[in-house]
Amino acid sequence: MTAQTQTRKPIRASRIAIYAALFLAAAFYLLPVYVLFITGMKSFQEVNLSRMWDLPSGFHFDSYITAWFGSEKESITGLAGNFMNSIYLAIPATLFSAVLGSLNGYVLAKWKFRGSNILFPLMLFGMFIPYQSILIPLVQVLKNMSLYGSIQGLIFVHVVYGIPITTLIFRNYFAEIPTELIEAAKIDGAGILGIYRHILFPISMPGFVVVMIWQFQSIWNDFLFGVIVTSRPTVQPMTVALNNMAGSYVVQWNVQMAGALIAALPTLLVFIFLGRYFMRGLLAGSLKG
Amino acid sequence: MSRNMRWAIVLCLALIILSIVIACAPAPTPAPTAAPPTAAPKPVARGKLEMFSWWTAGGEADGLNAMYDIYKKTYPTVDIVNATVAGGAGTNAKAVLATRLSGGDPPDSFQLHAGLEVESYAPDKYLQPLDALYTSEGLDKAFPKDLLTLLKYQDHYWGMPVNIHRANVLWYNKKIFTDNNLQPPKTWDEFYKVADTLKAKNIVPLVIGTKEGWEAGHTFETVLIASLGADGYRGLWTGKTQWTDPKVTQALETYKKVMTYVNTDHSALTWDAAAQYLVDGKGAMHIMGDWTDGWFTSKKFTGYGWAPAPGTTGVFDALSDSFAATKGAKNQDNLMNWLKLAGSKAGQEAFNPKKGSICARTDCDPKLFNEYLQSAMKDWSSNAIVPSVAHGAAAVEKWATVYKDILNSFATKGDVAAAQKSLQQVCVDNKMCK
Amino acid sequence: MRRVSSDRIIALAMLTPSVIAIAIFVYGFIGFTGFSSFTNWNSLVPDFSTVGWRNYERLFSAIPTDRFLLDLRNTVSFTILFLIACIVLGFLLAVLLDQRVKGEGIFRSIFLFPMAISFIVTGVVWRWLLNPGTVQTGSSGVNLLFEKIGLGFLRWGWFTDPTIWHIKPDTGLGQFLVGIGLDGIASPYFGVPVAIFSLVIAATWQMSGYTMAMFLAGLRGIPEELREAARVDGANEIQIYRHVIIPLLQPITLSAVIVLGHISLKIFDLVVSMTGPGPAFATDVPAFFMWDTTFRGNNFAQGAAIATILLVSVAVLIVPYLINTMRTEAEL
Repeated sequence: MTAQTQTRKPIRASRIAIYAALFLAAAFYLLPVYVLFITGMKSFQEVNLSRMWDLPSGFHFDSYITAWFGSEKESITGLAGNFMNSIYLAIPATLFSAVLGSLNGYVLAKWKFRGSNILFPLMLFGMFIPYQSILIPLVQVLKNMSLYGSIQGLIFVHVVYGIPITTLIFRNYFAEIPTELIEAAKIDGAGILGIYRHILFPISMPGFVVVMIWQFQSIWNDFLFGVIVTSRPTVQPMTVALNNMAGSYVVQWNVQMAGALIAALPTLLVFIFLGRYFMRGLLAGSLKG
Repeated sequence: MSRNMRWAIVLCLALIILSIVIACAPAPTPAPTAAPPTAAPKPVARGKLEMFSWWTAGGEADGLNAMYDIYKKTYPTVDIVNATVAGGAGTNAKAVLATRLSGGDPPDSFQLHAGLEVESYAPDKYLQPLDALYTSEGLDKAFPKDLLTLLKYQDHYWGMPVNIHRANVLWYNKKIFTDNNLQPPKTWDEFYKVADTLKAKNIVPLVIGTKEGWEAGHTFETVLIASLGADGYRGLWTGKTQWTDPKVTQALETYKKVMTYVNTDHSALTWDAAAQYLVDGKGAMHIMGDWTDGWFTSKKFTGYGWAPAPGTTGVFDALSDSFAATKGAKNQDNLMNWLKLAGSKAGQEAFNPKKGSICARTDCDPKLFNEYLQSAMKDWSSNAIVPSVAHGAAAVEKWATVYKDILNSFATKGDVAAAQKSLQQVCVDNKMCK
Repeated sequence: MRRVSSDRIIALAMLTPSVIAIAIFVYGFIGFTGFSSFTNWNSLVPDFSTVGWRNYERLFSAIPTDRFLLDLRNTVSFTILFLIACIVLGFLLAVLLDQRVKGEGIFRSIFLFPMAISFIVTGVVWRWLLNPGTVQTGSSGVNLLFEKIGLGFLRWGWFTDPTIWHIKPDTGLGQFLVGIGLDGIASPYFGVPVAIFSLVIAATWQMSGYTMAMFLAGLRGIPEELREAARVDGANEIQIYRHVIIPLLQPITLSAVIVLGHISLKIFDLVVSMTGPGPAFATDVPAFFMWDTTFRGNNFAQGAAIATILLVSVAVLIVPYLINTMRTEAEL
């Protein structure tokens, strides 16, 4: 008995150390969340920078209300309109990208042709480039396409530059589906579109979910395209509006914090409820995982 | 399999919703339909007027709103779109503006500094000359000659000036000075003495905010004026004075020493956040343009005094805000009405007392203005006028930008020789120095 | 037979729009940017007269402005610090989570959720957390927290601190370097700006969950028998990690370096929302400079030159990785 407790003790100590380290790390990751929440809860009388860490006296939602609706008196523009812009941007762009990616992935995985092994990495390169290197002509071309300055233009940009990653994820997804299935269908007389519609599409839903989550979060979180393509405050997506709000000294920091939380909410919710698929996209983003 | 089919149905539905969303949602609000076909008795100005600026707060926004109010009374059916992008001297706004101009989506009118700054907007291509408007409104007589010269670029007027600002003002907290029995310094040597006293009392002698990158350049131009005098300073921008001049060295040395008396958090602050030090009684002096006066007023702070920046008595370092008319403006008539208002006595008298600036016109009623502005009006008519570089008047944008970058680096590095060499080089690059 | 060939045509037709889009919007545009970088287009109106390497020469000269040289220093500092922080932290967290801890899922989510957030949000939040406050107005943010828990000595200027850590020319090593003609190394151009640490902290907060996830997946993939075998050979836990596990994780580390490295070279959003160019450009980076000079200053050719340099540096990192990945895949 005594011998047993003796051997257990050091194990326990190391266990405690492991949990202590984990809790410390968790505190680091949650620190901004804590400040975000308590700042958002505070009334305007309480939001002094020197009381940043103090708990709020009660539940006040003044900051969120100001961040969302704006304030005529302090000439703060609310983020509500920009939030909706981001919705109108992210949802269609995500769906288009997913459809396009699945078609490309299908062809590149199951209908390989000569040169497809060269074409694929050439497409992939597009997802790594610094977008600065295409911005200058992009503005000119969008202008000529009459897409400049609109949400439609931004949708177009996100769909185009989403091609590499969506194609990659779908190609890898379809590659795992046994070729025998396709061959059997071919023998039954099914064509390329028939096979896609009746065999691959119905079983590719998990692939769609992964791609859509990935695209939704990267489009929602994008700033660079938003700031370049949309210049009018009324069509700007959430991230651009938040950055403008944070760049203005009239806007109190608690309102900025509330705005930040609102901007983070959709992708956070996706992460919380569909985290498993989020992870898959993440690992696919690094090619092999 | 059936479960997967359900998924497929969901996806199809999603696609249908998507097409509906795309079809209706992001469409911009349609412009109000034109007057009904039944004969309208009088042509009434309708539609919109989009005015782009970076005046989002304080006295500047109040002044702009005062002008909008007049406009709305005259043209009640015109919808004013006040497009603003926040951020100090407009660094963020300018980026947006440039993309909008070159992207073929210009606002009707936008704010720009009078002077050589207009060069960066490629006026031939993107702006309308306002010469006809100047003649019809009699503006070539209403504005002083110095200003008209400043406004002309390639023989045309490109903007409607609404005000005059002075850049070389030393703002100070009166209470701190009386409590410590001090006088606002007239020279930089006096400044050091005053500053040493204040430093010993744990008061920041000179506050500055350098967050937005132009403020160091702003302060330094007042030091340059102090060191070179009005003529020498003017010559720097025309090639008459070389930047290798020992007086420039002296100015850099002075500036370097001055920076040892400033708040340590300056790189995190904008000018107005720095001015808050004065309001709070924690900082004593601030060299900033006279928009600070409007800002203090909007903060209901009255305990401030002013003097010319050290060594610049008798010199008025000027800049002017003006409104441009874009080529291809969507609401031409509304735009012209707006510019007429901006140049008119009524418009300027509504705008300037709030903005904290003096009229560009010479016929404004001094009684409408506060004590500071009345004193500025007096100085404007008697002082030597020099153009500000940090605010677009003295040099083309490219030069001014590099000038500001050099000063920004110098503020922390303090390498006098390198800074001076750089300042000379950028003058050479812009074909003014040899 | 006809059927197959018509299917081939449909397959190509399905792919064509994307291929054309990529050809134009990636390769065509890169070509245009590359071309622009050799022109005189430094105003709002395009001017395609060529000027050779002048835009590049200007970037690499210290006079009149050394901004780009400082940017290079900042990018290198940021990349190195950020990679080390993410890999070390990610690895430690993965190892901790691999110890069959209770609530592993919750911890994993806590470490990962910042990945779902925009860099703009991260920047806004950390800007206020790391806002130093002043002697006059009192501390704020993390500095205030340090004060409250009795660690006041840890207060510092964060991203407002203009200090550059570098070898001083008046020290022994500095004099030696000056003596052998390498005085450039003993200058602020070869230093680490203190302000960059704030960016590193925020970026690590956001991205370290990614390395954690990759390492955790790697650790789970190592068969228990290998550890058992090492234990039988008398190795203790630390030795097992050093000699068995870490070498096995090397490919994962390499992909982490490449993926995070290219993110770090491109870092932009965080700088915009958190610090801007900073004191004396201490937190300025090429991607920000490009945006600033192109879309604020209308220096399109100069911006194109920066973009081209940025692209080449990313390509140097990514292309071998892409080729390698494709090759291993082809072998499988």
